[in-house]
Amino acid sequence: MAEPQKDSPEQAEFRQYCRQWLADNRPPDPVVRLPLSALEIMTEGQLCYLQAWQKAAYDAGLVGCDYPREVGGGGRRDCQRVANEEMLAARTPFFPNVIGLGMAAPTVFYHGSDELKRQLLPRLFSGEDIWCQGFSEPGAGSDLASVQTFARREGDKWVINGHKVWTSLAHFAEWMILLLRTDKSHKYDGLSYFVVPIRAALGKGVTVRPLIKITGETGFNEVIFDNLEVEDRYRLDELGKGWQVAMTTLLHERGAGELQTPRAGGLKSEGSHTTNTGNLFELLRTSKRDGQPAAADPLLRDRIMQQLIREHGLAQNQRRARVPALLDHPMRLLLQNKLLASEISQDTAALALEVAGARASLYLGDDNAPARGQWPLAYMNSYGMTIAAGTSEIQRNILGERVLGLAKSK
Amino acid sequence: MAQPDNYGFGEEAALLKESARKFFSEKLPTAELHRLVASDHRPERDNVCHWSPGLWREMVELGWSMLAVPESAGGVGMPVVAVAGLMEELGRAAIPCPLAGTVNTSYVLAACGAGGEPALAELAQGRSASLAITGADGSWSCAETGVQCKDGKLQGTAWFVQDARKCERFLVSANGPAGLSLYWVASDAPGISIAPDTIVDLTRDQARVTFEQVAATEVAANGQAALNAAMPAIWTLLAADMVGAAEWQLQTTVEYVGTRQQFDRPLGFFQAVKHPLVDVMVQIDQAKSLVYNAACAIDCEPERALQYAHMAKASASEAAAFASGRSVQCHGGIGFTWECFVHLYFKRQKHSQLLFGDAAWHRARLADIVIGAVA
Repeated sequence: MAEPQKDSPEQAEFRQYCRQWLADNRPPDPVVRLPLSALEIMTEGQLCYLQAWQKAAYDAGLVGCDYPREVGGGGRRDCQRVANEEMLAARTPFFPNVIGLGMAAPTVFYHGSDELKRQLLPRLFSGEDIWCQGFSEPGAGSDLASVQTFARREGDKWVINGHKVWTSLAHFAEWMILLLRTDKSHKYDGLSYFVVPIRAALGKGVTVRPLIKITGETGFNEVIFDNLEVEDRYRLDELGKGWQVAMTTLLHERGAGELQTPRAGGLKSEGSHTTNTGNLFELLRTSKRDGQPAAADPLLRDRIMQQLIREHGLAQNQRRARVPALLDHPMRLLLQNKLLASEISQDTAALALEVAGARASLYLGDDNAPARGQWPLAYMNSYGMTIAAGTSEIQRNILGERVLGLAKSK
Repeated sequence: MAQPDNYGFGEEAALLKESARKFFSEKLPTAELHRLVASDHRPERDNVCHWSPGLWREMVELGWSMLAVPESAGGVGMPVVAVAGLMEELGRAAIPCPLAGTVNTSYVLAACGAGGEPALAELAQGRSASLAITGADGSWSCAETGVQCKDGKLQGTAWFVQDARKCERFLVSANGPAGLSLYWVASDAPGISIAPDTIVDLTRDQARVTFEQVAATEVAANGQAALNAAMPAIWTLLAADMVGAAEWQLQTTVEYVGTRQQFDRPLGFFQAVKHPLVDVMVQIDQAKSLVYNAACAIDCEPERALQYAHMAKASASEAAAFASGRSVQCHGGIGFTWECFVHLYFKRQKHSQLLFGDAAWHRARLADIVIGAVA
């Protein structure tokens, strides 16, 4: 595949440094079974192991590379991508603080006070403070701006009441980024954005209750605010600017933001089983249809090739997104990322279940299950990806409206 | 060998692509193209070859017909990615001309070794050409031909020859003494008769070319090897044409659904219209990314060129089919008429989809490489 983009002198030197550090500082093998991703962390044991790894990587300068030094970053230029590539190549574990790194950090950085940045970002980068995101509510999903969680002003404090759902990592989180309403008379301009220390307030205005996923796993929660008091200095940007701040969060969540998210490998765990066609080939080799190799079935072959082509297409989109001469619109490819990645892996997982035939009925824990039952797990989990962070339907609205310029739905 | 991250699509390639876009949109805007090729709507219309030889001469003067001719043979020797940029723009404007045939022929000749050099020199002087390599049943494997060569004379019929009435030379595959070989002839050589097909696509012409004791020069004894070597470029450049045409279909349709009002709203407001058009965009982008990846592989990573080119042509064929369908459907009643320009592209895309193998054909070949052939 493609060689990495040509490095600047700073990047080249940093790449060497990362490579060396990773060679010398391999994290020990985990004693616990690691989950598929940070959003599936269920136990303290998993969390401790992954937090120790993130802290080590941060202390070594591989996390937050492109943020200024004053806020705990590395003060480098376009080097996070380099660190990410090297961590991926070294097949390191993933970072546990994904919401912090991918969403909270850029949002606090672009909209928070200097004091907040200095207070929050170093412990966010190190993974000592896990973050979660309080956006969706029972009555506010795709129509996010209809959130009803309300903050009432009392002196220099705010009193918060409301109900957030689908809150991944809330059971471990110190902090939450929180979109709420400070004015009931304006839908968009009535929104404001806070960072809230939820762990300190557990039992004192904050209740975290686990929700159980379609797969049977835990990992996300509902969070209830009952007269939680929060200082005004935890507000990001101006009152009534919550929607604009939330757009910064969502842009980065969808991989289309300015700041590159620190991302480590994610391999070396039992959950290393990813829904790509490479793994599908492995399944194909061990599967049969009517006693014949499944690999000989022309229809399966055709559909596997369709998936392979889509997967290559996405990888090539990401490459082409950095070649301005081959782009008609700067956001056109970036805004497709989330939609395509989630739909392609969903379809690949569905196809894997067909390839496996009767054996696709076997789930986690069954000794005879192909790939230890990871395919049915991946298939069910894939709906989390096509629903979370803006459903595929919302992604198509965004693409249609922002890139193609079609009339807005709202 | 590794590919450069930017596909090797440098300043020169960008400049070529940009100037081609400008040139085509100025010289043959869609309304004029429609007047040129769609003057006669009757299904049993006369088989006239509509094109602008003057425009073609200008393209030749710009050096575009010899871009793929190696410098050593007097051509421009541009990388395939740069030629792909030009073909994308050609497709966007749906220009009827023998550029694709000439470029395709250049790649085959370049794979012919010393035997191909005299023919390449002719292309470097501005001659146009087309491939006569397909038999009556339209197989794309290049192994079958309805032409024989005996004592240096061609005898038989080549089918589905593209732009046969626009080009000056044919590169013919024929069964000769050494098996399937390639021969070079002038398109007006004595003994050649061109019987035009009546085709759906108004922007191309296609014909059966019959050879009756035609004296021809052998350029390659092992024709199959030369054809196989050139096929990735041929598929990739056709895919580039389809990507450009599909982008025209998308933008034209987006413009229409932004203007046309029903239920007091522009059509594009409705998600039943909006979402399929996003999916058209997604498919175009996938195909486009795969086109430049394949083109770059031909330039820099030849060991992967074949499989990447299969991906590009399969992907572009699907994108073309989908974009065509949506472009007509989203235009509603007017899209079903001859006066609405979308039919020009609908038909060109249909032709391109099946030319040199449709999507399923390319996926089957790809599976043979990636999964392994079935015994």
